[in-house]
Amino acid sequence: MSWTCLLAFAGHSALDPAGPQAARIGDLWWLMFWVCSAVFLLVMAALAAGLVREEEPARRRMNRVVTGAVIATALILFVFLFASTGTGRALASLSSADPVSVEVTGHQWWWEVQYLDPVLAQRVTTANEIHIPVGRPIRIRTVSHDVIHSFWVPNLHGKHDLIPGYDGELWLQADRPGVYRGQCAEFCGHQHAHMAFLVVAESPARFAGWLAAQRQSASPPATPLAQRGHDLFVQLQCALCHTVQGTDANGRIGPDLTHLASRRTLAAGTLPNTPGHLAGWIVDSQTLKPSNPMPATSLGSNDLEALLAFLDGLK
Amino acid sequence: MSVAEVEDVGYAGENADAEERRRLERTWWSPKGLRGWLTDVDHKAIGKRYVGTALVFFALGGIEALLMRLQLARPEARLIGPDRYDQLFTVHGSTMMFLFAVPIMLGMGTYLVPLMIGTRNLAFPRLNAFSYWVYVAGGLLLYAGLFTNTGPDAGWFAYVPLSGPAFSPGKRVDIWAQMITFTEISSLAVAVNLITTIFKHRAPGMSLNRVPLFVWSQLVTSFMVVFAMPAVMLCSLMLALDRLVDTHFFNPSEGGDALLWQHLFWFFGHPEVYIIFIPALGMVSSIIAASTRREVFGYLPMVMSLVATGFIGFGLWVHHMFATGLPQLGASFFTAASLMIAIPSGTQIFCWLATLWGSRPRFTTPLLYVLGFFFVFVIGGLTGVMLGSVPLDLQVHDTFFVVAHFHYVLIGGAVFPLLGGLSFWLPKMTGRRLSERLGRLSFWLVFVGFNVTFFPMHQLGLQGMPRRVYTYLPETGWGDLNLLATIGAGILGLGVLVFVVNALQSLRHGEMAGDDPWGADTLEWSTSSPPPSYNFLRLPTVAGRYALWSRRDDQPEVTGLRSDRREMLVTNLLDAEPDHRDVLPGPTIWPFILACGVAMTFIYAIFNPWGFVVGAVPCAVALIAWFWPRGDMDRDVIMEKRS
Repeated sequence: MSWTCLLAFAGHSALDPAGPQAARIGDLWWLMFWVCSAVFLLVMAALAAGLVREEEPARRRMNRVVTGAVIATALILFVFLFASTGTGRALASLSSADPVSVEVTGHQWWWEVQYLDPVLAQRVTTANEIHIPVGRPIRIRTVSHDVIHSFWVPNLHGKHDLIPGYDGELWLQADRPGVYRGQCAEFCGHQHAHMAFLVVAESPARFAGWLAAQRQSASPPATPLAQRGHDLFVQLQCALCHTVQGTDANGRIGPDLTHLASRRTLAAGTLPNTPGHLAGWIVDSQTLKPSNPMPATSLGSNDLEALLAFLDGLK
Repeated sequence: MSVAEVEDVGYAGENADAEERRRLERTWWSPKGLRGWLTDVDHKAIGKRYVGTALVFFALGGIEALLMRLQLARPEARLIGPDRYDQLFTVHGSTMMFLFAVPIMLGMGTYLVPLMIGTRNLAFPRLNAFSYWVYVAGGLLLYAGLFTNTGPDAGWFAYVPLSGPAFSPGKRVDIWAQMITFTEISSLAVAVNLITTIFKHRAPGMSLNRVPLFVWSQLVTSFMVVFAMPAVMLCSLMLALDRLVDTHFFNPSEGGDALLWQHLFWFFGHPEVYIIFIPALGMVSSIIAASTRREVFGYLPMVMSLVATGFIGFGLWVHHMFATGLPQLGASFFTAASLMIAIPSGTQIFCWLATLWGSRPRFTTPLLYVLGFFFVFVIGGLTGVMLGSVPLDLQVHDTFFVVAHFHYVLIGGAVFPLLGGLSFWLPKMTGRRLSERLGRLSFWLVFVGFNVTFFPMHQLGLQGMPRRVYTYLPETGWGDLNLLATIGAGILGLGVLVFVVNALQSLRHGEMAGDDPWGADTLEWSTSSPPPSYNFLRLPTVAGRYALWSRRDDQPEVTGLRSDRREMLVTNLLDAEPDHRDVLPGPTIWPFILACGVAMTFIYAIFNPWGFVVGAVPCAVALIAWFWPRGDMDRDVIMEKRS
C-alpha cells in the first residue's frame, strides 16, 4: 500500500451521503437549493425586465404585484419551515436499544476514542480513527475538557459541538462501507487545521474482528531491537504522556499507542502512518504541526531505529 | 420673540444675506491646523474623519484578507504559520466589524443626517468628537498589538474557554476585549447623538412620516446599537475580569459556563449584522430615488420593514449556536425567526424593483453598485434562509459555506451600497465629482472579483472545508477552488484600489459638482458642495417626503435664530413643529483629553487593575472641565423655553 492511500478516503462531502441522516439533510439541501435558485433567477429577471421596460406601470397593478411577491415569499418560507422541522425530527429519530457506544473526547488537537462496555476490561481506547459496523446505529458521547471542538463527518451527519461542562450525545449510522473523513469544525487553537479523523465503516464481521484485536494488550517486542525500543519508550519521556497496554507506559496526556501500527494516520489525520513519517514526527513534530503538545526529541539514529521497531510492532 | 418662527421670506436683500453669511461664518468657525483637528466639533469634519479613518482600517483589513488568501492558495503552504494566521483572521474580522463597517456607517450618518434633516450640527457636538477619538484609540490599540506580535488570535467572536486565561495566556485577548470596549463606547455615543438629533432637530414640516428613508435607516440602526452593544460590553468585561482578576464567569471547572459567552456575544453579534447593513439599505433608497427621479415605491412598507428588521434581528441569535446541541423545540423557534427576517428584506427588494420598473434610470456608478447589491445580496439572503434551518446549518455551520454567506451579505449588503453611496455623496463632501470611467471600471473589477472569490467557497464548505484553518491537506481536493478564490481576491483588491485612486484624483481634478449633481430629493443637495460650516444660510422647511421635489416656489424658511451664537432650532418629535432654541458649544479640547484619559485607563488596566483607579484622575479632570457651566448661555435657553 503506497503511503498516499493511507490518507485517502471515500469521501469528505456533505453532498455524498453515506448514512440516513446525511441523506435526509442532503434532500433538504437540494429542495432549498432548487427553490432558492428559482427565486434568485426570478428576482434577477424582474430586475432586468424592469430596467429594459420603458412604460410606467399602473400604480394599482404594481401594488398587487408587490403584495403578491411578499405573500409568495412568506409561503415559501413556510414550506422551508415545515421541511426543516420534519428533517429535524427524522434526524432525532435514529436510536436503538443496542447501539455501539463510543465516547469521543476532543483534545487540542486530536481525538480520543473510547468504545464503552459495561465490563471495564473490555473497553477499547484508540485515537483519531473510529471503526463502526455498517447498518447499526452508533451512539457517540461527546466530551471535552479543554476548549470547544466540533465533531463533524459530513458524509454521515452534521456537526456536534464538544463543549467543556456539557457532555453531549450524537447518533449516527453508516449505510455503506467506506472511509469517511471528519474534521474539527470549531476553531480550537493553532492546530485546528490539523485535527482530523477517519470513520471506517465496515461489515459487522470485520468490525467485530477489529474490536477483538483492539481489546488485546500490545504484542510483546518480537526482536531484540524492538525490545530495546520498548525499554527506551518506557524510560524516556514517551511514557509520561502515552499508554501502551501491557507495558509500564501509562501516560494519559497523549493518544493511546497500544495499536498504533494498525492505524492509518498520525497526528490526527495529518500524516500517513509509515515508518518514515513516524520517524519524522518523533524527531521534529513541531515543524510538521507547530504548537502541538508533543516536544521534539533528540534521539540518536540507533535509538530512533529501535523505537520505530517497537512502535511498528504495535499492530 | 421667544421662539424661532417660520416666516415667509419673499424678498431678502442680497446685502442682508451676505451680512448674515459673514456672521454665521464667524459663529460656526472651526480652528485650522492641528488645533482644529483636536478641537473641532463640526459634524461634517468629524463625519469625514470617521469615513476616512474607517477606510484606512478597511484597507488594513483587506490586506490581511489578501495575506490569508495567499496562504490558502495551495495546500500545505508555508507562507504564514498558524500563530500569525490566527492573528490575521482575528484582526481581519475584528477590524471589518468594529473598526470599518459600524464606524463608517455611523460616520456617514454623522455627516449626512444633520444636512438631510435641515439643521446645523448634531445635538451633542462634543460627545461626537469624543466618540471619534475613542474609536481611534481602539483601532490604534488593536494594530499596536498586531504589529508587536500581540494581535488577538482567538477569533473575532473569541469563544471561551479558548479565549480564557488557561488557553490564551499573554495579553493578546485582553487587547481584543479592550478594543471592543473602546469601539462600543464610541458606537453608543454616536447612536445616542443620532437618535436625539433625528428626534429633536428636524426641519419644521418634516414630520416622522416625511423623514427620508436614509434617516430612518440611521434611526433604526442607532436604536439597535443602544440595545445590542451593552450585551457585548458585558461579556467582554466578564472575559476581561476572568483574565485579569481570576473571576470564573466562563470557567466550567469552577462552576462557570462556556455557553453563556455565546448567548451574550451573539445577542449582540447577530444584530451587529443588521447594524451594518440597515444604513446601507438607506443608501440604496437614496441612490435609487435619485437615479430614477421617482419616489421610492411604498414608503410605509419600507419604513415598517426597517423597523421590523430592527426588532426581529434580536430574536435569532441562537442560529449561530445550533451545533451546541439545543433542544429541538427551542431551536425551531429560532429557525422560524431566522426565516421570518427574510420577509422585511424581501419586501424592500420588491419595493425597489417596483421603483426601478420602467423608470429608465441613469446608469451612473452609484446605480451600478446598487444593481450589484441586488445580485450579491439576494444570493446572500437566500443562503441565509438555508442557514436558518437547523439540519442544514448543522452541515454547513463553521465551514467556508458560512464564510461565503456572510461575505455575500456583508459585502453585498453593505460594501456595495457603501461604495455606491460614497460615489454618490463624495461630490457633496468635496465639491468635486468622481470620474465615471474609473467608477465603472472599479465597479466591474469589484463585482467580478467578489464573485470569483466568494462563490467557490459555497462549494468548498459543502465539501467539508472548515473555516479558520491555516492550511489543508492536498488529499482533500480543496486546492483548485481555493486558488480560484485567491485570484478573485486579487481582482477584488484591484477594484477597491481603482475606487480609491478615483476618489483621490477627484479631489484635484474632479469636475465641479454644483449643489445637486444628481437631481436628488433630500435637503443636503439644497446647500453648496461642500456645505458651509453652518450648513444652511437659513434653516429650510419641508412640505413633503421628498423635500426638494415637493418644494414650493414660496417655501418658507426659518428665521429668528440668532447668528451671533451657535443656535439650533429644536422641534417636536412627531410633527417637527418648532419648539424652542438651543445653544450648542463651540470647539473645545476636552473631548479629546477625556478620550485620552479613557484610553489610558483601559490600556493600563490590561496590565494592572489599578489602571482604573489611576485613570479616573485624568478622566475626572476632563469631565469637570467639559461640564463647567457656560454661564449666560445656559440660562438664556432655560428662560426662552416655551412655557
